[in-house]
Amino acid sequence: MSASAVIFYMLAFFILATGLLAVTSRKIFRSAIWLLFSLTGIAGLYFWLQMEFIAAVQIVVYVGGIVVLIIFSIFLTQQSGKDLPAPARGRPVVSALLVCAGFVLTRLLLGHYAFRPSGHSVAGAGAGAGNMGANASVGNIGAQLLSTSEHGYVLPFEVISILLLAAMIGCIAISIKIKPEDK
Amino acid sequence: MSQVPLSHILIVSTALFFIGMYGLFTRRNMITMLMSVELILNSVNINFVAFNKYLYPAQLEGVFFTLFIIAIAAAEAAVAIAIFINLYRNFHSIDVEGTGEMKF
Amino acid sequence: MPNYAYIVLIPLLPLAGFVVLGLFGRRYFRRFSGIIGTALGLVAAGLALWVAYGYFFDWGKLNGAYRPIIATDVPWLTFSSGLSIDMSIVLDPISVMMIVVVTFVSLMVHIFSLGYMKGEERFATYYAFLGLFTFSMLGLVLSGNLFETYIFWELVGCSSFLLIGYYYDRPTAVAAAKKAFIVTRFADLGFLIGILILSFHAETLDIRTLIHRLAEPGPQLTSITTASFLGISALSWGLILVFVGGAGKSALFPLHIWLPDAMEGPTPVSALIHAATMVVAGVYLVARLYPVYVYAGPAVLQVVLYVGAVSAFLAAIIACTQTDIKRVLAYSTMSQIGYMMFALGTWRPDGEAAGLGYTASMFHLFTHAFFKALLFLCAGVIIHRVHSNEMKDMGGLRKLLPLTHICFLVGCLAIAGIPPFSGFFSKEDILLAAWHANKLVYGIGLFTSGLTAFYMFKLYFSIFWGRPVQDAGGHHGEAPMTLKIPLVILALGAIFAGWVPFSRLVTYNGLPQESHGIGVFAIAPVTLAIIGVLIAGYLYRRESGRPARAAAAMGGLYRVAYHKFYIDEVYSFITKKIIFNFIGRPAAWIDRNIVDGLMNLLATVIARISAGIKGVQSGRVQDYVLYFFAGIAGLAVLFIYIYT
Repeated sequence: MSASAVIFYMLAFFILATGLLAVTSRKIFRSAIWLLFSLTGIAGLYFWLQMEFIAAVQIVVYVGGIVVLIIFSIFLTQQSGKDLPAPARGRPVVSALLVCAGFVLTRLLLGHYAFRPSGHSVAGAGAGAGNMGANASVGNIGAQLLSTSEHGYVLPFEVISILLLAAMIGCIAISIKIKPEDK
Repeated sequence: MSQVPLSHILIVSTALFFIGMYGLFTRRNMITMLMSVELILNSVNINFVAFNKYLYPAQLEGVFFTLFIIAIAAAEAAVAIAIFINLYRNFHSIDVEGTGEMKF
Repeated sequence: MPNYAYIVLIPLLPLAGFVVLGLFGRRYFRRFSGIIGTALGLVAAGLALWVAYGYFFDWGKLNGAYRPIIATDVPWLTFSSGLSIDMSIVLDPISVMMIVVVTFVSLMVHIFSLGYMKGEERFATYYAFLGLFTFSMLGLVLSGNLFETYIFWELVGCSSFLLIGYYYDRPTAVAAAKKAFIVTRFADLGFLIGILILSFHAETLDIRTLIHRLAEPGPQLTSITTASFLGISALSWGLILVFVGGAGKSALFPLHIWLPDAMEGPTPVSALIHAATMVVAGVYLVARLYPVYVYAGPAVLQVVLYVGAVSAFLAAIIACTQTDIKRVLAYSTMSQIGYMMFALGTWRPDGEAAGLGYTASMFHLFTHAFFKALLFLCAGVIIHRVHSNEMKDMGGLRKLLPLTHICFLVGCLAIAGIPPFSGFFSKEDILLAAWHANKLVYGIGLFTSGLTAFYMFKLYFSIFWGRPVQDAGGHHGEAPMTLKIPLVILALGAIFAGWVPFSRLVTYNGLPQESHGIGVFAIAPVTLAIIGVLIAGYLYRRESGRPARAAAAMGGLYRVAYHKFYIDEVYSFITKKIIFNFIGRPAAWIDRNIVDGLMNLLATVIARISAGIKGVQSGRVQDYVLYFFAGIAGLAVLFIYIYT
């Protein structure tokens, strides 16, 4: 059992435990904080997988953006100190059973499939500017993101920017308050 | 990294996915439902990254997918919160039990 | 082989009249519909006479015997070789005679109705119905396939219903139409079962083939005589059931109850349908299947004989007590049909009267059509003048209605059997046939003919003699020309129809027979008839109390006869108390509670299930997520585990 394996198992345990606490906690603020920890744990997992860029993006966007947003919304909509109302009777049991069944099913499914590592060779013909090597550095990611050649992602990039724009405008449009005297 | 087989990572992501599902089914508060959805999305992200690392180390497709998913999740969370705030203004509660108006 | 296809025009012309007048008459042809109907009838009658002339005197004979000729044969519904409903037209002596009778009397009625029904709101409809009836009757007599006969049989019943109920705003007319239809329909059930039995064993529906197979030894005859039910062979059952159907349509006892009530219809209709043509359909049917009846053995013919005799006798007794002119004529029709029927029942294979009953029956049918139609049309003129049907409202009319008086007298003399009028010849033949077959029936027939003379002349004297009735005034002349012409023509027919050499033309096997001399045998019936006339004259010629005293003297018998032997009451009891209570009520209960209940139960169950299911659409997002996830899981299992 090498050190990296130990680290992995600790991270995994952390992620799952905090995730579980996030979904079962009675107080909403604590639930948000447990979520924060879980997301940070996932970032740690990315670090362990040597995908530093993704880990950074995870922390910046998810932890620093989304969780903060969630916390703001908690403040805006209710008393954060109060206990959350309990779910309907029997629902947690049924849900737990269903979820366990789903988990077992998925595991069986995955067990059947033998994932072959790196079955496709690096296509020699496609080894162009868009196909960088095992190097997942920021520069490589950026270059491939904006490249227009075969493995380039400039089109999804542009589409996502439009989506974000639309989301921003949409949020404003949904939550804008129309003052009565302005009519 | 090579000592941990791919299947273990997949177990982690699967478990996280189903924890998120449990939260989605059980929680009555809409914000906590949103939190569960975030967990689900993150489990998918873990899957992508793991597959990219283990099965296709020479390519970066998984990375890009993950980036896009993160971006979209952010946009979705923003829109969802906007809706919650709007609902709160009208109903003064964000309990999902109270929003069952489009029923039989 | 000459082409006989033009014969199909004879029934089709009235049908065209029905279609045109029925669809367009109301709006476009109101005043001309009578002319159109009459013109079509005239052409049809002309064609019929032409065919009759040709058949009897030109091309009908083969080797000295009249043979059946198939004019057309169109296969219509062929299920198998043994079950094929064809539309075929057969010409043989009785069918040719019948088309002459039907078209001729129909023409007379058409002409008469031009004047009688003038001014009616539904004039065109009336003529349309007359056309329908004429078509159906012609189809019935010309048909060569047993099922085709049944189809036209029902059509005739339908036309009768329509015409009896012509004044549909009168509840009595509606009730009478319903009664006629129901009683005849009930009898037709027997007819249908009879058809099925006979055609099943004979393996054919074609009449000629059926006669051929059931009247001569062969496999079909063996099968039908060996199959038996309750000790009676299938052949007898079939024939008796067919006879039941005929008895219903011909108003024989005990299915006669509809005929007196059918007088609610317009009088020309009564003349056409319930005197001359439709009511003889039963007699015609038995005559059609006569070889089978004859060959089947004496039992069935005994039934025919006695039913006919009883009907004749019963009807004559009842007619003596009735006071409504049309009712008297109706019962007299029933009586005469009884004569025709029991004449058919008197079968002697050889000897002096071989096959005489058949010829006599058909001869009487022929002459009866003339004088009965004449009597009814005269009654129409009288009723039209006096505005009432009751004899007590009439009297001394011989000065007001001279032509009608003469014609009515001619008709009464014909029906009483006074020579040399037509009724005399046909009745003599019938009584001769009865004498040779069954003395009891002969006695009944003889006595009935005396009664016939009595009640007919009772009618005559009450109407035209006695104290003159108050004339309502305002009537110019006796009647319009359209009413008088048919009377004259029919009177001529009633006088001279007896001189037609019938036995040379219409016999049971096609071979001409020499007609019998009048001779000594005629003395008894004629004497009885004259006695009847004299008694009637004595009682009714002058207004007096003698009839009332005579009626009182007969006491209970008179009362029973006046109430038509309470047969209607018996039927009413059976239907109301027994059938409605024991069958109708439980059936209604079953329909309401079980059949409807089942449907309601189904609806209620579905409504409950629906109410239970609708909870799925709860409006809660989490439930929807659950269903979503369950669906995905199910699909995943399906596609991964089952389809790979």
